[in-house]
Amino acid sequence: MSNMTVSISPHIKDNTSTTKIMRDVLIALVPALIASFLVFGARALLITAVCVAFAVAGEWGFEKIVKKPSTIGDLSAVVTGVLLAYNLPVGIPLWQAAFGSLVAIVVVKGLFGGLGQNFANPAITARIILLIAFSSTMTTWVIPGATDAVSSATPLAILKGMEGGGTLPTITNMLLGVRGGCLGETSAIALLLGGAYLLIRRVISWHTPVAFIGTVFLFTFLLKGDVNYSVYEMLSGGLIIGAFFMATDYSTTPSTDWGRVIFGLGCGLITVLIRVWGNYPEGVSFSILLMNILTPYISKATRKKPLGGVKI
Amino acid sequence: MKLGGETVYRKTLHGVRVPHRKNTAGDKPEKMPIPAFVTIPMSMHIGAAAKPIVNVGDEVKVGQLIAEAGGFVSSPVYSGVSGKVKKLDDMLMSGGQFVPAITIETDGLQTMSESIEPPKVESLQEFLDAVRASGVVGLGGAGFPTAVKLTVKDLSAIEAVIINGAECEPYITSDTRTMLDDKQLVWEGIELLKKYMQVKRIIIGIEDNKPECISTYKKLCVSGGGVEVKALPAMYPQGGEKVLIFHTIGRIVPEGKLPLDVGAIVINCTTLAAVAKYIKTGIPLVEKCITVDGSAVKNPKNVIAPIGTPIKDVFDFCGGFKSEPKKVLYGGPMMGLAVPNLDAPILKNTNAILAFNEKDAVIPAETACIKCGRCVSHCPLNLAPTDIETAFKLKKPEDLDVLKVNLCMECGCCAYVCPANRPLVQINKLAKAMLRDYQNAQKAATEMLKKKEEAKKEEKK
Repeated sequence: MSNMTVSISPHIKDNTSTTKIMRDVLIALVPALIASFLVFGARALLITAVCVAFAVAGEWGFEKIVKKPSTIGDLSAVVTGVLLAYNLPVGIPLWQAAFGSLVAIVVVKGLFGGLGQNFANPAITARIILLIAFSSTMTTWVIPGATDAVSSATPLAILKGMEGGGTLPTITNMLLGVRGGCLGETSAIALLLGGAYLLIRRVISWHTPVAFIGTVFLFTFLLKGDVNYSVYEMLSGGLIIGAFFMATDYSTTPSTDWGRVIFGLGCGLITVLIRVWGNYPEGVSFSILLMNILTPYISKATRKKPLGGVKI
Repeated sequence: MKLGGETVYRKTLHGVRVPHRKNTAGDKPEKMPIPAFVTIPMSMHIGAAAKPIVNVGDEVKVGQLIAEAGGFVSSPVYSGVSGKVKKLDDMLMSGGQFVPAITIETDGLQTMSESIEPPKVESLQEFLDAVRASGVVGLGGAGFPTAVKLTVKDLSAIEAVIINGAECEPYITSDTRTMLDDKQLVWEGIELLKKYMQVKRIIIGIEDNKPECISTYKKLCVSGGGVEVKALPAMYPQGGEKVLIFHTIGRIVPEGKLPLDVGAIVINCTTLAAVAKYIKTGIPLVEKCITVDGSAVKNPKNVIAPIGTPIKDVFDFCGGFKSEPKKVLYGGPMMGLAVPNLDAPILKNTNAILAFNEKDAVIPAETACIKCGRCVSHCPLNLAPTDIETAFKLKKPEDLDVLKVNLCMECGCCAYVCPANRPLVQINKLAKAMLRDYQNAQKAATEMLKKKEEAKKEEKK
């Protein structure tokens, strides 16, 4: 009878696992993929495929080189690949997308210790690196539905009155995603559908998205006093995908409820500051990266007090 | 609201919804045949081991004292069988320590000891003496000697006695059966507490997955009787002492303090019934009602077995195993202790033995922490297991002190919800030991410093 297992309690577990959580995130990203295919065409799928392939291969290769057990089965690299793809314009050269994937997985995630150890969101950081390195291809937008690639301005650039401006899309088109922008960020409806799924599955909590989007809405309303303007701000750029899918990444954001509120608030403020006064039309990526840096401090400051614990 | 010197904004503490699996709740316990041998360890409680007073070759009868309490915080041990003392030696307990144990070869006659007679109880002192003599310890699992718990300097400090009938662990139904089958004894126990301990308020806390128990006791409560039933949501670890105190009288037991410091005494329903049984009949704690269940057990049921019965005999009584048992537990799956072999005996505080098949015994592979925060948001005591793990791995006992790992009751909610299957309870246990060593070392250092300074002063004089 010496072959009985002796282990520490608890002896039962609920049925969550890292893989199941990542699978839920992927399921939540499906509506946006469909939307981007409808808005931008088959190339949207191609870019997503390239990003995912290079993210997974990058993780596999990196772990081979550093002699770590392979973790590609947990699907986190797939999620990073998809999120990066959603943050790229549809016209980006494929090699640039592939390069971005490798930066995200190897530099931002792998070199910092792998899953759960990276302090910055891999997809966001890779996007920012691409934006700085290849600023022309990263800011060449395509008018949805046009047969040829015609450069257009994003609603944010139009709102800001930047050169090459045009007329703003209608609110309906903003909701559906028929506007210039990165391939996965444009359809608010598809993203909200995915966000709702994550909330229902309790993969994410409501705190960050509500604080983030709410702050952007309120702050812009205070600045301009125009609800219409604020609604456009809310639906523009990468705010919704950022608030639901990037600012809720576990390892790079606070794990307490209040911490998440503060994180969302900070992201909202920085986003508006950059959108209104910065050189770039969009600030969501920068705001999340900046708040990522503050995450350990926010987590520590908002840690719950142990019940009955005597202060030392 | 201000409670127990601390502001708490929540009405309920966090926990987890575990599967109930109370398969045996409807089965009246069956008395099993007397085993050929019983092995009774001298340490089935918290505190000093009991001292054997029988020798090899002695005849013993049912209810006969075979070991005296080894100190104030200790408990006497009685034989539950009649027969002959076969062996007196050390046995390895599941906790890893060796303790003396008495092995008795039974004669199957179950001759009752002549010494059995109801104790004379007319005063508080006599009541406490009787509780001490009954050999009863905390039967919910902790095994803390009940007489020590009830020895209270100032009776007016007791605002409420909470009878723990939560039974929040999956599978276990032995408390449920005691509450239903021995309700007379439980109620007599309540009357004893009211009479001798002058308790004004008694709360019976029962999880709402046991509606039969709730209605049974609600019927017994009369207005002005000072006894009330509190139906608690079936949320693990509802039966944890601190959790139960908060959910019944809304107080937080501060670090390093006892429930009595917030006016509460928590006593398990089966413990109370065992005390009442001794005072009524003179029969001490010699047998237990045990839930036998788990995926490897052929006929799960509740069994009454003498203390010391090898668990193998109990499983045999339940039809043996459907499939090879790969993990066998004392107690429930959330906090139970895995035993290394089937010779382990039924102890005073054993309320269930569970046997699981190969599939349920698999320990899922540990993966990287993804910092999801589930362990933090499910901890009933608001601890941060993920931060404790980091501090432990970095060997930072001073951080563990701030994180209050010493408060952890090892309920297992954190490890239950962890998607990365990290052994968080194990880490908390080790972290507690690290913190204790650090605090002891610090204490020793300050004392040494003090002595040195005093010596210096002496020299100057």
